[in-house]
Amino acid sequence: MTAKLQALLGWVDARYPLSKMWKEHLSEYYAPKNFNFWYYFGSLALMVLVLQIVTGIFLTMNYKPDATLAFASVEGIMRDVNWGNLIRYMHSTGASAFFIVVYLHMYRGLMYGSFKKPRELIWILGVFIYVALMAEAFMGYLLPWGQMSYWGAQVIVNLFGAVPYIGNDLAVWIRGDFVVSDATLNRFFAFHVIAVPLILLVLVVMHIIALHEVGSNNPDGVEIKKKKGADGKPLDGIPFHPYYTVKDIVGVVVFLIGFCVIVFFAPEGGGIFLEGDNFIPADPLKTPEHIKPLWYFTPFYAILRAIPPMFSSQFPGVIAMGAAIVVLFFLPWIDRHAVKSIRYREPLYTMALMLFIITFVMLAWLGMQPALPHLSELAFRFSELYFAFFGILAIYSQVRNKNIYMFWLVALTVLIVAMDIPRYVGANADKQALIRYSIFIPLFYLAATLWLPMVTKWNQSKTVPDRVTT
Amino acid sequence: MSDSVDTSKRRFLTTLTSVTGGVAVAGVAYPFLASMAPSARAQAAGAPVEVDISKLQPGEQMTIEWRKQPVWIVRRTEQNIADLARVTGSLVDPDSDSSIQPAYAKNADRAAKNEYLVVLGICTHLGCSPQYRPEVGAADLGGKEWMGGFFCPCHGSRFDLAGRVFKGSPAPTNLKIPEYKFINNGTAVVIGEDNKGAAV
Amino acid sequence: MNKKLILLIAVFFPALALASGGEAHLSKADINLENTDSLRRGARLFTNYCLSCHSAGYVRYKRVANDLGVDEKLAARDMMFVYDFSKKTEGQPKKIGDLMTVAMSSEDAKQWFGTAVPDLSVIARSREADWLYTYLTTFYVDAKRPMGVNNIAFHNVGMPHVLWELDGLKKPIYEVKKHKHGDTETEEQVFTGKFEYLTEGKLSPAKYKEAANDLVNFLVYLGEPGRMERQRTGVLVIFFLVILLVFSYLMKREFWKDVH
Repeated sequence: MTAKLQALLGWVDARYPLSKMWKEHLSEYYAPKNFNFWYYFGSLALMVLVLQIVTGIFLTMNYKPDATLAFASVEGIMRDVNWGNLIRYMHSTGASAFFIVVYLHMYRGLMYGSFKKPRELIWILGVFIYVALMAEAFMGYLLPWGQMSYWGAQVIVNLFGAVPYIGNDLAVWIRGDFVVSDATLNRFFAFHVIAVPLILLVLVVMHIIALHEVGSNNPDGVEIKKKKGADGKPLDGIPFHPYYTVKDIVGVVVFLIGFCVIVFFAPEGGGIFLEGDNFIPADPLKTPEHIKPLWYFTPFYAILRAIPPMFSSQFPGVIAMGAAIVVLFFLPWIDRHAVKSIRYREPLYTMALMLFIITFVMLAWLGMQPALPHLSELAFRFSELYFAFFGILAIYSQVRNKNIYMFWLVALTVLIVAMDIPRYVGANADKQALIRYSIFIPLFYLAATLWLPMVTKWNQSKTVPDRVTT
Repeated sequence: MSDSVDTSKRRFLTTLTSVTGGVAVAGVAYPFLASMAPSARAQAAGAPVEVDISKLQPGEQMTIEWRKQPVWIVRRTEQNIADLARVTGSLVDPDSDSSIQPAYAKNADRAAKNEYLVVLGICTHLGCSPQYRPEVGAADLGGKEWMGGFFCPCHGSRFDLAGRVFKGSPAPTNLKIPEYKFINNGTAVVIGEDNKGAAV
Repeated sequence: MNKKLILLIAVFFPALALASGGEAHLSKADINLENTDSLRRGARLFTNYCLSCHSAGYVRYKRVANDLGVDEKLAARDMMFVYDFSKKTEGQPKKIGDLMTVAMSSEDAKQWFGTAVPDLSVIARSREADWLYTYLTTFYVDAKRPMGVNNIAFHNVGMPHVLWELDGLKKPIYEVKKHKHGDTETEEQVFTGKFEYLTEGKLSPAKYKEAANDLVNFLVYLGEPGRMERQRTGVLVIFFLVILLVFSYLMKREFWKDVH
């Protein structure tokens, strides 16, 4: 029996590099032995992708991309199709799970400097995956054809209408109609079920190929390939299979337990994963009281809303929102610090990263709230902090002369104040008070990140060890 | 790597996890496969159909749609019923042993009441719908031999007025007979349901 | 600096607390999908009173009958009053597998009630149960409205009080609350939560509330008929996954003995 199987494998190997691929990517792919908790999310993202594709295929069997039938067909899946409610909830929960996992995966990259040389392309491909995922989620959310689907798409497509000169035509072209309609639904369906998933799959394969070309980073940010044993294998590396396959299986099972708790017991996620208003069929004549995108878009939505219109155009807000995503592509060239891992980097980097996490969570929360004056003001301030983080990263790329910190402290303070002047002039007394108080948020931030390195030694990194620690 | 690798323990735990994982995968596959079975909507669309047959004259045929398929009801004349026995010799399955029908229709007339033939109008060869050809002695269907019946234009299968297939036809078995029952003193027929319950 | 910080917090945080809410006070509905008796009573109320103007167009009678353990023949007698006009102009009784649709067109509805009548299949998923319960129990007489009634939870509602013969006709009791802003004093009419009955209904106020609760319970069931089965499956699935976790963890630990 074994001999026959060996023969079969030999036959295949002569025609297709099966054993070779298995070795290259699993049994002889040496990964650092010190992966920690944060290294589960890559394999989890892959699993969620598979889950979304499988559940998506089965939903497509019963879904009807037609404005008059879509809502009813989704309810048909929920009621008439055997286990349809479960399949739909897996897909809707999977969408949110995907973003949770991807955000944690990206955060891992920030912590351990996984985007730095020689892994710039892995990071860039990853950001492309993230953008494709946002497109996929956005178009998928139109398909149930509920009120939030409809008005969410209406608002986001209208953003393209803010582009100068061509905006209006562009928005009409995207919708294929003058409002979001059957034509829009049909093309979003096409993109959601075939075009974007194909792009995603290609990007994911490229992401993994790039990773396996240069090898994985690790929590110490040490290049394990630099210290090889007599056998030519990295001293701190272990074969991905079986060690990380068995470890990732544990991670997958833990993840699935959490995932199932939501799918089976709280698929609405308290109105965050599935919104109540989306159980009302789309009505082009009636906007819901409070429209907001799903949670994974809200940080960017908050930035969009926070930037006031200029020259009677929404375009600056759109630009800011776009820039908030585009800036991620440039991260490997913004943060050029020689030390990769947060473990050995200067304490101030840890502080800046924690503040960035707070900023991101606050923006996410603000994006879900109604645009009340004080919340909009807060969103504006946190938008400033969002972009300030990347500026600070650039400044932190090396230990600088005190004068340089001072220069940037003054320059950025002037910039913050300058941006407030046009907002302050002509605002009513309440708004002026809000601006006066809230300006301390960015000013404190600048003081903490630029004044502290002048007066403390917290901008000094530790020595990076030669080998990984356990 | 380590010298003290307990291979048998390792193999046992791997097998245990693989088997449990395999059960998990099968458990996940089940709802997906079950979702492809007819939905409640398809089942509702396939519900039994009630037909008024009080106006159907002897020798007439009517077509009813049941589960998006044609069901024929033919009210046979006394002569038709008598003619059924005359063609028995040239049939593939005269006693309907290898054909599909409810027990009450497994008889010479293939009917619960010999006057009415209720039959699924789908050829057992490749699923075309045959034509009703009641004219006795039709020249294109065997002349004198032809006592009336059904002719499938796709591949030339011929059936008698009990839906039984003639020898030399590509169709392997007699036409299928669905579950049905008479109601309202025989003035109406329900297709897709008999006294045992609804058809599956 | 501390003062500024406190000011900052004072400016933003009360507002944070206020950011949600602002709705009228809602009475609590007692939702229990295990209570089949309540669901059956709710189903009868629903099919008798609601299901002539409102549809539940994604729900099949058969599903309701099966889930609630009602024999299909009894369900036909007690719940299926709506006729199917799609095939014959004089209509014919619906079949057990049919959807709970109604004959009224949305054009007619707009003319009669000033608005399209919403389908109720998923109403409990866009409106919370407590809101529905409050809505059903706070209809009151208001001569200024075209239907003669108004509602505490849904101001200027277009729907007539369909359950009035059970509930009776009632008027809310208000109390006057005084607010002082410096020297000026304002008065506000505040609903006490109590009603004064003009006509008594067939049911006592307590019984009517129970009936309304049954109806809301049924509407919650209608929102996702598979919910109870989903949760039961979930318990098994998670139990199984915990076992798998133990096995896979033991396997991981065994393999990782190699790694030093």
